Amino acid sequence: MRFDPREIGEVLEMLVFRELDIRAVTLSVNTLPAIRPNLKDALDALSHLLEPYARRLRPAAEKVASKLGVRIVTVRLAVSPTSIMLEPLGDAKAAVEIAAFLDELAGRHGVDMVGGFSAFVHGGVSRGAAALIEGLAEALNSTERVAGFLNAASTMTGINLEAVRRAARIVLSLKPHAAARFAVTANLPEDVPFMPGAYHGLGQPDAVVNIAVSGPGVIEAVVRSLPDADVRTLHDAIKRAAFKITRLGELVGREVAKELGVAFGAVDLSVAPSPKVGDSVAAVLEAMGLPRVGAPGSVFALALFTDAVKKGGAMAASTIGGLSGAFIPVSEDAVMSQAAAEGAITLDGLKAMAAVCNTGLDMVGIPADVGPDVVAAIIADVMALAVHLDKPLGVRLIPVPGARPGDIYDLGGLYGRVAVVDASRYSKIPLVARPGTAPPGVERLKKG
Amino acid sequence: MELVVVSVLGADRVGIVAGIASVLARHNANIVDISQTVVRDIFSMIMVVDISKADVDISQLRRELEEEGKRLGVMVGVFHIDVFKYMQRI
Repeated sequence: MRFDPREIGEVLEMLVFRELDIRAVTLSVNTLPAIRPNLKDALDALSHLLEPYARRLRPAAEKVASKLGVRIVTVRLAVSPTSIMLEPLGDAKAAVEIAAFLDELAGRHGVDMVGGFSAFVHGGVSRGAAALIEGLAEALNSTERVAGFLNAASTMTGINLEAVRRAARIVLSLKPHAAARFAVTANLPEDVPFMPGAYHGLGQPDAVVNIAVSGPGVIEAVVRSLPDADVRTLHDAIKRAAFKITRLGELVGREVAKELGVAFGAVDLSVAPSPKVGDSVAAVLEAMGLPRVGAPGSVFALALFTDAVKKGGAMAASTIGGLSGAFIPVSEDAVMSQAAAEGAITLDGLKAMAAVCNTGLDMVGIPADVGPDVVAAIIADVMALAVHLDKPLGVRLIPVPGARPGDIYDLGGLYGRVAVVDASRYSKIPLVARPGTAPPGVERLKKG
Repeated sequence: MELVVVSVLGADRVGIVAGIASVLARHNANIVDISQTVVRDIFSMIMVVDISKADVDISQLRRELEEEGKRLGVMVGVFHIDVFKYMQRI
């Protein structure tokens, strides 16, 4: 197989100058065999089960990165929803101790994050989920690497307003760094490689590797090279670039799975941004011809982008998984963050964009003195979009103490600069105080 | 054959090809293809190299080539051919 120097040059440009890398190798492990009726035995069993995986994960990823010459930015573990381990224990203190154990394990083995400190509560709150919810704020506030979610809605069962309300209270009791590791989700798939949505799904083998790719810089360069192209040509060019980006994820996934001796799961074809310059999804949308992301036309641009990425990526991966759409996490994307600080990106604008991507409201700063009604109502809006459009969406809000709209709070690293937006002109929203679960919508009926 | 791509980019000067090639020769890595351009004094070279008979693995070769690149004042990258196969072929 021979390559034209231009073909080699194109790949080299992506890898060297356009920040193309693998955002995450996520090793997902079934931790349900470690369920025990008392905490000490459970932690022993968890340690026995996870140690061999945790120990080998980073070396395996580094070996593959070195062999291929491709950067792997983070390595992560995902465990079964912790609420299930808590069913026999039924104790919030146990939840906090399990989080501390996972945090220590990850730190010791150079694993960047552990996901799955989570519960599915879309139809109701079980004993284990109640323990997790009670311990969640303390668990996340006292750890560095543990991530989790509450799945509060699903197309099949509807929206649990009680869970939404409790999630809102958790959000408001989290420090900014902990809030970045917590999402309220709907319809979360079983093979998400991204945090905080990663967990080991019930329908999965005992261990499986899922891959998250990056590469908005590659697509931005393609779009900038076509200033006068019609939208169909533009869509086609994005599709071609997305194919190449996702292919890299496929290669790395196969290699890491082989190295670890576990199954290769899926590639999440969403091209994840980072706070670095030249690694922004919002910059792609602006390159298409928006004066600023958030301006009229943003939903159209994002829809065009998401559709092209899906169509290009679908053929590149042997199995697509996770959220597989487009990410516009506000703080983690430098251009999104700037636009939010300027007021071009608003909560309402983001809700509209959520209709055509898989993000929802992600990494958005709100003043910490916003009332729980407002946070619950914001979450409920996104849950409704997810259930009635039948797709996964999430809400990851960062309450920033003492902040006002337009302020910036720097979380650093991959989390980036959190722009604080105006959350609401109202403080009391009696609707979200109503008890119960909203029934599933017509999307549910279509499935029979 | 185990093929790797070596890319070199930087300000043009005497001895770049010789410097890189001597590291490859020292480790018995065989150059199977080479293309080189100089545009506005920027030197760019892409080599396809077989390391199946080399006495070092790709990681060690990368370290030594990067070191040589530093000495020459050029940027060196070393990538496995599978990256190009996956991204440029269906």
